[in-house]
Amino acid sequence: MPSLPTISEKDEARAAASDAGAPEGSFDAPTASAHDEATIAYVTSLGDDALILGQRLSEWCGHAPALEVDLSLANMGLDLIGQATNWLGLAARHDERYANADALAFHRDVLDFRNCLLVEQPNGDFAQTMARQLLFSTWQHLLLERLAGASDEAIAGIAAKSVKEVAYHRELSHDWVVRLGDGTEESKRRMAAGLDWCWRFIPELFEVTEELEALVQRGIAVDPRSFEEEYRAALAATLEEATLDAPAEQRPILGGRRGHHSEHLGHLLAVMQYLPRTYPEAKW
Amino acid sequence: MYTTELDKQKQPPEGANVTAIDGAEDPALVEAFEARVAADEFIEPKDWMPEAYRKTLVRQISQHAHSEIVGMLPEGNWITRAPSLRRKAILLAKVQDEGGHGLYLYCAAETLGTSREEMIEALHSGKAKYSTIFNYPTLTWADIAAIGWLVDGAAIMNQVPLQRASYGPYARAMVRVCKEESFHQRQGYEAMLVLANGTPEQKRMAQDAINRWWWPSLMMFGPPDDQSPNTERSMRWRIKRETNDELRQKFVDITVPQAEFAGLTVPDPDLSWNEAKGGYDFGEIDWEEFYAVVRGEGPVAKERMKARRDAWEDGAWVREAADAHEAKKAARKVA
Ligand SMILES: [Fe+2]
Ligand SMILES: [Fe+2]
Ligand SMILES: [Fe+2]
Repeated sequence: MPSLPTISEKDEARAAASDAGAPEGSFDAPTASAHDEATIAYVTSLGDDALILGQRLSEWCGHAPALEVDLSLANMGLDLIGQATNWLGLAARHDERYANADALAFHRDVLDFRNCLLVEQPNGDFAQTMARQLLFSTWQHLLLERLAGASDEAIAGIAAKSVKEVAYHRELSHDWVVRLGDGTEESKRRMAAGLDWCWRFIPELFEVTEELEALVQRGIAVDPRSFEEEYRAALAATLEEATLDAPAEQRPILGGRRGHHSEHLGHLLAVMQYLPRTYPEAKW
Repeated sequence: MYTTELDKQKQPPEGANVTAIDGAEDPALVEAFEARVAADEFIEPKDWMPEAYRKTLVRQISQHAHSEIVGMLPEGNWITRAPSLRRKAILLAKVQDEGGHGLYLYCAAETLGTSREEMIEALHSGKAKYSTIFNYPTLTWADIAAIGWLVDGAAIMNQVPLQRASYGPYARAMVRVCKEESFHQRQGYEAMLVLANGTPEQKRMAQDAINRWWWPSLMMFGPPDDQSPNTERSMRWRIKRETNDELRQKFVDITVPQAEFAGLTVPDPDLSWNEAKGGYDFGEIDWEEFYAVVRGEGPVAKERMKARRDAWEDGAWVREAADAHEAKKAARKVA
């Protein structure tokens, strides 16, 4: 091998971290629970939420309102892509149709994606991006905190690993919503509009299907209704600090968890999946 | 990288001598300064320095910072289309690193008394320059590999010596930057090896990428030494430690065997090993092309500048809101 610059220890650690996408991982340990179809679907939905939002955040890279903001959006995107890799890797290990996380990410079409509608919403302006982040990260944080105590070791492990990152996303989006709500007339108007755009997707986050109910009974999943009140209270507190009124309640839009998405997801997938689908024989 | 001074005024005047810009400066101070630099001491922000040194450094460091920021765009172009989760994470982390480099460098330049806003304004008005390399488009995934391998590779070559630059904040910024750049170079080369050993379509992409990026990478080292009149003074001031041609030669000598190992052809029919000099001879660089790109006529120069200006203008309301909120918070504290 020709001479290459040396690589520091820190770099090696980073290389290992970015290798997280490899098919085998530390969550491959055999677990007590059988990973049946419902569990796989649940884990997939957690992975899809992270993947789609990570993809959306990465669209900002190089175009954010300030350099510091660019870095923090990229940081959140990286966290989420890492989480997606872990969740989808776990799902793939128990689903013989998919060899690894990449197969799930790049070789499914819209009907098989299980993410909530909120995360696939377009970035819009920075206020809409932060509204989406606040609504999602607050929910994800409350969920993962509880999921870290789930009976399934593999699921609990990924949740525990992600919860700190998500706590930071939640705090960051809270801070921005407050800044923008309290900032100028223009930023207040934009922040209100961003929240208004996202508000109708909140009920989907608390939807409990029969399969989810069954997983909750088995201690594998968390019933989101158990923290709905806390979620609503947290949002209310942020809005108050931001001197914003809550948007009027809107008719809930549902369907993401069953594969019935907004028009936006198809375009996102067309971009994200283009290379592996154009060159199915290729390894990258 | 990107430390080559790019003068907007096309070719510099022959034999220009810029040593004695400030006749008004106290010769004793100048002498003491030159002696400290010659003794490899670091000059720190509070130390006295000649105005020309300060100006040259602001130009050099801000140009480098702008290059990091504009350089986020060609690679950012592929983050949403990276072909695997691992590649997506690596690329996003890399582009984020470049943003971080921009940030350290703006901070280093600010210690010389120019604000980040002023520097950004100079970039957007076209007054300040950035590396010519980022005015070329990224057409396929292989371009991402080529940039990591060649562009970050050239950057390291330029920047490693600057870890010993005479200006302390700049030298320290370079230490942090260099660590990450060498990591980027490795990742880029590894991605290139995968393509070069991949399917026929991937091999084609890989070869096409080196065909397009090779010469612009060599241009990153700046004009030939005989066209680079400030080199001598910058070397004396130790804000440049090796000449453009020396660095370019080093880059070619290290990179050609890497291309061969990957099974890729370097697009230079004149390339040949010269046993006597212990390095490669290589073909003539198209300096017309280089100076055209320096003037802002690169293939995607308009796109790059528009993207930067749009981001800045579209984000103005966010920055204003953050300031307004801080002011309100401070006022509430007083009340
Ligand atoms: Fe599988
Ligand atoms: Fe960099
Ligand atoms: Fe780099």
